[in-house]
Amino acid sequence: MSKVDSKIPAGSLAEKWTQYRSSVPLVNPANKRSIEIIVVGSGLAGASAASTLAELGYKVKCFCFQDSPRRAHSIAAQGGINAAKNYQNDGDSVYRLFYDTVKGGDYRSREANVYRLAEVSANIIDQCVAQGVPLAREYGGLLSNRSFGGTQVQRTFYAAGQTGQQLLLGAYSSLERQIGLGNVEMCARHEMLEVVLIDGKARGIIARDLISGKLERHFGHAVLICSGGYGNVFYLSTNAMGSNATAAWKAHKKGAYFGNPCFTQIHPTCIPVSGDHQSKLTLMSESLRNDGRIWVPKQKDDKRKAFDIPEEERDYYLERRYPAFGNLVPRDVASRAAKERCDAGFGVGTSKMAVYLDFAAAIERYGKQQILKLGIDNASAEEIRKHGMDVVKEKYGNLFDMYKQITGEDPYQLPMRIYPAVHYTMGGLWVDYNLMTTVPGMYALGEANFSDHGANRLGASALMQGLADGYFIIPYTIGSYLSNEIRTKAIPTSHPAFEEAEKNVQATIDRLFAIKGTHSVDHFHKKLGKIMWDKCGMARNEKGLKEAIEEIRALREEFWKDVRVTGTPNELNPELEKAGRVSDFLELGELMCMDALQRKESCGGHFREEYQTEDGEAKRDDDGFSFVAAWEYKGQGSFELHKEELNFDVVHPSQRSYK
Amino acid sequence: MNLTLKVWRQNSAKEAGNLVSYPVKDISEDMSFLEMFDVLNEQLITKGEVPIAFDHDCREGICGMCSMFINGRPHGPKQGVTTCQLHMRSFKDGDTIVVEPWRAKAFPVVKDLVVDRSAFDRIIASGGFISVNAGNAQDANNIPIPKPDADKAFDAAACIGCGACVATCKNSSAMLFVSAKVSQLALLPQGKIEATMRVKEMVAQMDKEGFGNCSNTGACEIECPKGISLENIARMNREFYSANITE
Repeated sequence: MSKVDSKIPAGSLAEKWTQYRSSVPLVNPANKRSIEIIVVGSGLAGASAASTLAELGYKVKCFCFQDSPRRAHSIAAQGGINAAKNYQNDGDSVYRLFYDTVKGGDYRSREANVYRLAEVSANIIDQCVAQGVPLAREYGGLLSNRSFGGTQVQRTFYAAGQTGQQLLLGAYSSLERQIGLGNVEMCARHEMLEVVLIDGKARGIIARDLISGKLERHFGHAVLICSGGYGNVFYLSTNAMGSNATAAWKAHKKGAYFGNPCFTQIHPTCIPVSGDHQSKLTLMSESLRNDGRIWVPKQKDDKRKAFDIPEEERDYYLERRYPAFGNLVPRDVASRAAKERCDAGFGVGTSKMAVYLDFAAAIERYGKQQILKLGIDNASAEEIRKHGMDVVKEKYGNLFDMYKQITGEDPYQLPMRIYPAVHYTMGGLWVDYNLMTTVPGMYALGEANFSDHGANRLGASALMQGLADGYFIIPYTIGSYLSNEIRTKAIPTSHPAFEEAEKNVQATIDRLFAIKGTHSVDHFHKKLGKIMWDKCGMARNEKGLKEAIEEIRALREEFWKDVRVTGTPNELNPELEKAGRVSDFLELGELMCMDALQRKESCGGHFREEYQTEDGEAKRDDDGFSFVAAWEYKGQGSFELHKEELNFDVVHPSQRSYK
Repeated sequence: MNLTLKVWRQNSAKEAGNLVSYPVKDISEDMSFLEMFDVLNEQLITKGEVPIAFDHDCREGICGMCSMFINGRPHGPKQGVTTCQLHMRSFKDGDTIVVEPWRAKAFPVVKDLVVDRSAFDRIIASGGFISVNAGNAQDANNIPIPKPDADKAFDAAACIGCGACVATCKNSSAMLFVSAKVSQLALLPQGKIEATMRVKEMVAQMDKEGFGNCSNTGACEIECPKGISLENIARMNREFYSANITE
């Protein structure tokens, strides 16, 4: 039998999780005390898993490379978190959230997982509010909602433009509580560099203390990889500078299959690149598309300032192409449409690689509403604008400030200039229904796994998935494995497997220092990023992907001959940290291209130029590609493809239409 | 533009440090302050020298990791921004810029511009939470909260834990940081149950970590990149006194 057994429980879709949850084996409280769990990463998935498992009584060790678990990149999520609460009475339900997510993912996700996600979504909001997370409220004291792309209901909960921050700080406070109680040992400024397998099971990790440089051995009955996504393969992305794929990649090389690596999300609304010095890209939340209208001039190479271009000479291309969803089409659709306009020569700004996101109409609409509300007669245009600006400020103030700070332009006066950028990776470690990888005892949660978003993630669904996995799914599903481990005593880290793993990590570090080449790590990272963006980015084709694979192989060879890592191994050494991460990106990048090459269809964020409809929409091939690509590592540059067939029992895949 | 940087170099906590001058050329005004440091570090690597260690991660002003003391001010000359969101257009050609780490007894230097802020985590672990296990919660809308309270709680919760307040305070006091968490939770009905214990535990931990006292100079509020208000300190004092009286 293939190892890609998804272990989806029997029963009707709506009953699966409830039935499974009630029948999954349990570990009794006395036994939990002697079971150790390692959690790698402290973002929404890692922090919520670590704290919840500790609450249940397990002994938990949590690792993060930052100086504090509160800094994980979930903190930067802006817009919101979805939940099927139907507080707005606008027809939302678990089924509808499930349906929107499966459709939004372009029918490349697992029905059972997505349904479970929709089911627990409401519990997440309850949990966060109980923790004191200050979500936005209406004057009546109840929670407020807004819309996000790809949906027609208001189900997104938010905290200004800082939802990720507030949810992460909630999870972090629960984690700190467990640390204070002595139930979690927190290892900040530590980076996981290897998984230790004993008798085919994950039994621990090798981690480097980033301050002393010392390699440490840590035992666990189970290892949870909650280390986020791999968007930094592209060098420029909205990820944090330190976000990396190392933990997931090491897991992959030890036998965990990698699912759908080519599914990356290019977010439509980011601040455009300003020059070669650029180190990262900044997102402008999707929530802005609730009120902002996206347009380019109708005339090519129009040199006029935005406000000098009259209404009839503007092309609101999303509203024109997709009247039903307008500016709120899903991210993949919006990104491609922006690229299409810019490639056709209609882009704006000095680089011509940007489109406008304009709030003038919203400011006027809100202004008029306020004037009516306040009962002001004969308001001047200026007064209307002022009141409108106040409303916009309350909703998006921090985003507008951020935009102004970065670009030097005031978005209250001028439309924002935006362009798509790498944001999220739907692909990740392949996991079964229990969130377990193909290595027994090794799990992957949150963005690090591939499971719920198919080929395109809808806005406000990442926070939902990270917290669902950590608070409400892994605490149950891990029981099915650990209930068989209660007789396993903690294995001493003097075990030969730990010895061997540490030796290999040390050898890699020594090898990096021995090169003494001429180019910095960043030099190679930027080159890799350019190959990936040009040939495995928003649009891909066979020729480009084949070239990219060759170029990446050559670059990898050059890296191992010519990289310069300064300093020494036994100290805080950011260059060494980066070198390790980039060496992994140089392998993962190749796999992403191979996956994109084998998927001869277009779906979601994966757009193969050869497979499109006459009007330029993605053309899926359900007969040929309705599967999860699960790649097995077979030695450097060699991977074997396994397929997990996707069965749609409830939702019937159709051509996704937002028209 | 061309600039002179005077940067604190210190190899480890145990060794002495000093300011070292570095010229940097052709800096674009669109660069962020940290991107300017990337350029400098690239130069150092090319010369075979060890680059400057500094903390940074999200580079969008929210993770709270970046922490440079620039020309005598945490996060530099602009109000309301972190170092990563400070852009070079805030400087002019020919400037000399002095960059030091956060300086406080409770934030020992790790290396160069990197300091150890784990004291903040220990303060949160001492009481900066609501004790609710996953699965215990009631329906979220069963706890209506007046919007003004929710908004104030949010404003306090916007703290990014960077430590600028401590770095700028002549007493190295952590009152703004601690009071932001105490306030956020004291303003919400969910947080009231443990309020007495929380404020006492957090203040005790703060003292234990070696942070100084508050003498109301207000420098923390001015330098806070997230605009955390002094009002929080007043609220924490009130919480602290009433907690001790009601004992």
